[in-house]
Amino acid sequence: MIVGNDFSLRERRAQEKRLRAVWANPSGWRYWTSVNNFQVGLWYASAAFAFMLFAGLLALIMRAQLAVPENDLISAGFYNQAFTLHGTVMMFLFAVPIFEAVAIFLLPPMLGARELPFPRLGAFGFWSFFLGGVFVCGSILFDSAPTSGWFMYPPLATKEPGYGADIWLLGLSFIEVASIAAAVEIIVGIMKCRAPGMRINLMPLFAWYLLVVAGMILFAFPPLIAGDILFEMERMFDWPFFDASRGGDPILWQHLFWIFGHPEVYIIFLPAIALMAMIVPTFAQRPIVGYPWIVLAAVGTGFISFGLWVHHMFATGLPQISLAFFSAASEAVAIPTGVQIFVFIATMLAGRVIFSVPMLFGIGGIAVFVIGGLTGVMVALAPFDWQAHDSYFIVAHLHYVLIGGMLFPIVAGIYYYYPLIDSKRLSNRLGKIAFWLMFAGFNVAFFPMHLTGLRGMPRRVFTYPAGIGWDWLNLVSTIGAYVFAASVLVVVYDVLRPKHRQPGGEINPWNAGTLEWISEPEENWGVRSIPIVESRYPLWDQKDLVRRINEGDFYLPDAEEGKREGLVTSVLDARPLQVLRVGGTSYVTIVSAASLGMVFVALTFHWWWTALVFGVAAFASILYWLWTGTSEIPEKPQKDVGLGLTLPIYASGPNSVGWWAMFITMVGDGTAFASLVFGYFFYWTIHGDFTGGLAGPGAFWPLLSLAFFAAAWGATVAARALNQGNRTDLARASLAAGCILTIAGSLAAFLGPWSHTMEPTAHVYAAIVWILVIWLLCHAAVGAVMQLYCLARSFAGRMTAEYDGDIRNVELYWHFLVLTAVVTLLVIGLFPKVL
Amino acid sequence: MSLIPRQIETFWTLFTAPVVWAVHFLVCYVGAAIYCAKQHELGFGFGVVRIGIGAATFAALAIILLAAWLSWRQWGFGAYAPPHDEPTRLDRNLLQGFSTLLLSGLSFVAVIYVAMPALFVTECLR
Repeated sequence: MIVGNDFSLRERRAQEKRLRAVWANPSGWRYWTSVNNFQVGLWYASAAFAFMLFAGLLALIMRAQLAVPENDLISAGFYNQAFTLHGTVMMFLFAVPIFEAVAIFLLPPMLGARELPFPRLGAFGFWSFFLGGVFVCGSILFDSAPTSGWFMYPPLATKEPGYGADIWLLGLSFIEVASIAAAVEIIVGIMKCRAPGMRINLMPLFAWYLLVVAGMILFAFPPLIAGDILFEMERMFDWPFFDASRGGDPILWQHLFWIFGHPEVYIIFLPAIALMAMIVPTFAQRPIVGYPWIVLAAVGTGFISFGLWVHHMFATGLPQISLAFFSAASEAVAIPTGVQIFVFIATMLAGRVIFSVPMLFGIGGIAVFVIGGLTGVMVALAPFDWQAHDSYFIVAHLHYVLIGGMLFPIVAGIYYYYPLIDSKRLSNRLGKIAFWLMFAGFNVAFFPMHLTGLRGMPRRVFTYPAGIGWDWLNLVSTIGAYVFAASVLVVVYDVLRPKHRQPGGEINPWNAGTLEWISEPEENWGVRSIPIVESRYPLWDQKDLVRRINEGDFYLPDAEEGKREGLVTSVLDARPLQVLRVGGTSYVTIVSAASLGMVFVALTFHWWWTALVFGVAAFASILYWLWTGTSEIPEKPQKDVGLGLTLPIYASGPNSVGWWAMFITMVGDGTAFASLVFGYFFYWTIHGDFTGGLAGPGAFWPLLSLAFFAAAWGATVAARALNQGNRTDLARASLAAGCILTIAGSLAAFLGPWSHTMEPTAHVYAAIVWILVIWLLCHAAVGAVMQLYCLARSFAGRMTAEYDGDIRNVELYWHFLVLTAVVTLLVIGLFPKVL
Repeated sequence: MSLIPRQIETFWTLFTAPVVWAVHFLVCYVGAAIYCAKQHELGFGFGVVRIGIGAATFAALAIILLAAWLSWRQWGFGAYAPPHDEPTRLDRNLLQGFSTLLLSGLSFVAVIYVAMPALFVTECLR
């Protein structure tokens, strides 16, 4: 039995008033400066949904064009824009962001936390996504959308005239930044911000899935960012990364794209199935059967999905042994995928299932997904794939997987979680109509495509001749597509229709067992007090929990100091460790995102000066954000959090969430770097002499640079130790010396290729050496800024021996930076010599 | 001193077997891809590649078996039945052990899947 806090009614009302004030949203137009997870999650989801409707409209235009043979409803050029944007928007602006949205919205209450650890980062991510998305979608209104397909294969896309491809590359790179920001937020949130007692064996399955997915983002998105960099350098400055006539190779893009692209399918699928893992137990009215098996499925799928990317490249002429490895892994991934479906079936069999609207969508989705999974097993076999490749069979397969594995569960999630938004349920009747329209419409639209594909119809053609057996199949698909669209409209209507006549106040209407259902839509504080969790389904098993939470019986029932506060707990057993103060409402997130967005927009149109101005603005606003909003020295070292527990308010190093965020970010950064190094060795494998007979950067400058970088790293580590030992002057001197050494190292690194007049437009060897050096120089510049930042913080009295979070994070950054320097400089300096 | 590592409590042991799978996968794929790209400069035949894949597979399976044994130990050698949902350190440990054991099983099978092409493919055919 947990002993409570025992406050009088009057004290409780005063606490509530303070909490409400601290977590309140600003009013009027300042509402948009909110960083609260509830608002940001809702904006995120609404924006993603709006982008989905837009992309759906494009699909309807395409289906209208394909309804009859030799149709001239739209031009081939517009058709190209439409299918490229349809795929791009559905994947980048709907499927991935909607999961980030749901995670930001649901995770804090589900984990019994007030907020995720970096609310401003979450808001920054949203604004980046939103602005980037509008930019990419808006391009079609100016007839300048990309036209080369959502995977942008060179040389078609590198040679594409106009700005379309640049809009794709830069717009989406910007959005990928948002995804990585969300991944950082989600991983740290799940690992470190769970309610006390929520050990990992009690964690909601949604959190397990999201943890895996966020980890996957860290390894999947950076290769695409690396690819985007190479691609844009080719388009902007004619560096020949994918130009075979100058040593490049378009296949490298396919590798980098699909190292991202295949895991992305699972990045989309796992969160949707995570929703099912929350919905099924509720409507089976029993705990999930086989919790550890779901852990197996989530983690196993997460790993194996990285061994599948070449199955998108079976037709590129790679050695058969390579194809076979990927074919084998593609078959293996069916095992964990199947396990989770059997877990759901077992849970339903073991419980008494209530066939509500969310369950209808969930079960319908699984049925559709299983069909897509089975055709997936077919196309995972290289000989079959050679027959079906680039045909409508693939279009059918991928839509069965994505719509069954993602859209149906998302709609199930909307019907299930809508009461969290305004304490009212969506209409049961409309939900059932929507489901049957969607299920029927979907199958009528997409099942015939298997046959059209097997009859030889290729993807991405804007029309086709009559009388070759494709006519009626296409017409049926078009009819199905419009029925499907009608179902989406019904869902939209159900969400948007006025509901003021409907009685509200439905908290936990489905009698679910997990913590997110204690959330009251009219309160912004997340949870009134942070509970002690003792069960996987606390609302079912812990008597009186809701009442006690709402009476402030648990941790942090008050906000005496007027700060937004949550708890940091240990990774395995969720022991309370620290009071975490998170950032509140602020303009800085919008300003940073908008200026960074403008940098990408300006680069697209080659407005160099505009890009520079906004680059400076983005840099300044991010520095301001860090200076005023992070690593603040608290007014007292610790505070009473209730239930007789006193916790520190400040933490640094591995005990702090900021250090983990830096670590996670740098893992993603390291993956992008590894992708560039992969590019270097890729070019080595495809050529007899990969230098093309050109001079390399030599060994002298790279090795000298390496010595400087090693010394700069040593100076930074020493500065951290000296600062910790209260030898402030020496620490400052060491930081200053470190900064000078960083500049010297950067100069030496630059002089390697520069002094050997390596011309990056002449041959890919020079280009890839330059890109590695530029990557290092950019990171060195950030490293130098960080050293100066710590110096300034020390002088300003914002960084001391005790409160040294800044320099510890900078030291961690430098560990990664010195590793980057070692690899870059040894590879470019010594590898050509050992050949 | 025992050769078998003592039990450690960390989140990361969960990933041992899948990481072994990933490393094995990369070794097989990268090794074969480099061989096929550079076979004319290398003085040995495809048979060596197949033997190499066999050796890597043997090593990977051995490590996964070790990870499986360790997780079986963490799971109390099967003395406790799931669902391991009590709010105790014991049950948290048991869940970790059982999940790690399951992942070891999956990784074991997946390593064998990935190695199988080396049984059938005998040259760098494109």
